[in-house]
Formats: sequence, C-alpha cells, structure tokens
Amino acid sequence: MTVKELSETPGFKAICLPDPERRIEGGYCGDLLSWVMGRAKASQAWVTIMSNMNIAAVATLCDTAVIVLSEGVQPDSGVAETADSRGINLISTDMPTFEAAAAISKLI
Amino acid sequence: MNESIRFTFNVDGSNFTTAGQASVQVKKNLRELGIPPEAIRRVSIAMYEGEINMVIHAHGGTAEVIVYEDKIVIVLSDRGPGIPNVELAMKEGYSTAPDNIRSLGFGAGMGLPNMKRYTDDMKIDTEIGVGTTITMTVNF
Ligand SMILES: Nc1ncnc2c1ncn2[C@@H]1O[C@H](COP(=O)(O)OP(=O)(O)OP(=O)(O)O)[C@@H](O)[C@H]1O
Ligand SMILES: [Mg+2]
Repeated sequence: MTVKELSETPGFKAICLPDPERRIEGGYCGDLLSWVMGRAKASQAWVTIMSNMNIAAVATLCDTAVIVLSEGVQPDSGVAETADSRGINLISTDMPTFEAAAAISKLI
Repeated sequence: MNESIRFTFNVDGSNFTTAGQASVQVKKNLRELGIPPEAIRRVSIAMYEGEINMVIHAHGGTAEVIVYEDKIVIVLSDRGPGIPNVELAMKEGYSTAPDNIRSLGFGAGMGLPNMKRYTDDMKIDTEIGVGTTITMTVNF
C-alpha cells in the first residue's frame, strides 16, 4: 500500500507527506540509529520513538518509505519541515511500537 | 577514461543536529551522476556512519569522495583523539559514546561494523593524539 493510504488508516496521522504515493514494502522497528542503518531496507516503514533531527538523515540514507513515530511521540521542532523539504514522509500514531508494527504488517 | 570526480566537505564537529549533511549531499550528487542505486546506498550509509563518528568522537574533520569509473573511494580524516584499540572499536556493541549522545539514538557500537559491512575495503589509520583517517572503497 501507499504511504497516503497508511496515513488515512484510523490510528495513524500524517505529519508531512511530500511523497504520498510511495509504496511501503515491509517495515523495520528500532531506535538505535546505526542499528537501523545496518538493518533497515529501502522502501520500508520505519517505526521509531526517536524524534530528533538525525532521523531525517537516516531515513534519507536508508531510503525508507516513511518514518512512523509511535507511542504518541511528536517530532522535535524543525524536524517536520526538514523532512518535508527532503521528500521524507512522516506519520505519527499513539499506538505502542508493537501494535503499530502489527497494524502496518496487516495492511501491507 | 581515467577521469575521476571529487567532492570535498568540511564536517562541522559542533552540531549534532545537522550532522550527516555531507553524506546526504553525496547521495544527491551520486544520483545525478547515474551511479547504480545499490552502490549509492552503500556509499552514503558507510559515509554517514563515518561522518557521525567524526562529529561525536573527533570534533569534526574533512570528507572526500572520489568517483572512478567502477568504484567510489571515501576518505574521512580528523584530528581527534585517535582510536586506542581498533580491534575493540570494530566489535559490534563497543561504544564510548557519552549519555547525551546516546539519548539521540547513537552509541549502539554498530557504526564501524556497518562501514566494514557496506564497503568492499576499509582501512583505518589512527594515531593517539594525532587523529584518524578512514579510507573506504565501494566497487560497482
Ligand atoms: N573518528 C574517530 N575518532 C576517535 N574515536 C573513534 C572514531 N570513530 C570511532 N571511534 C571509537 O570507536 C568506537 C566505536 O565506533 P562505532 O561507530 O562502531 O560506535 P559508536 O559511534 O560509539 O556508536 P554508533 O555508531 O552505533 O552510534 C566509538 O565509540 C569510539 O570510541
Ligand atoms: Mg558511530
């Protein structure tokens, strides 16, 4: 499914969607950035509670389809703007990481 | 054709939030050059790990990326403290990152192992109190 479709699913909310038609192919959960850099694959949904500016760089370099901020975490100031300008989709959810990942897994 | 293209960057050692800019720029440049996507991914991830290490552990430095016909060479140089035990530093999970850095998501001790894994060749020249130069090659 597309990132836009995920953002329209109950429980998920778009923060910025500069590339809404991007397809999601699998997912990865993790908060340790170099762990994510080593394991996440291109076009996955990356579920994390990390909200600082570095997630924009990691998502760019890993070519993830979307960052999903779980557990009700909101991006630090400036992160949404940077993500938007770099073409990185950002979605938030109040669901815990496990439930968010399970929901995404069911949808794709 | 032995022409090579060279990109050079200064890596600011004082700003964690903008860290990684050189790698993001390199990814863009390589895309414009039409380099295969898988090679771009390997180069930019390996470079990012090295760039972040220079910011976190060595007060910044310089990054140079040289594009040849069939390979890309990344040279990261800093005048930081050097790495006392390279074998130990290369171990997955080994990290000396301080708590304030860990709270940003760094410090898993996976950076150097990732750099090795994503590149075809990696060489570390380091001297205590002088600095570290890491040279990585990605063939494509
Ligand atoms: N350029 C450098 N100068 C001095 N020490 C370094 C440098 N790069 C790495 N190190 C040392 O090697 C250790 C391991 O590096 P590595 O990148 O694998 O992990 P990390 O940076 O601590 O955490 P992570 O990369 O997972 O966020 C570092 O904690 C640090 O002690
Ligand atoms: Mg590191």
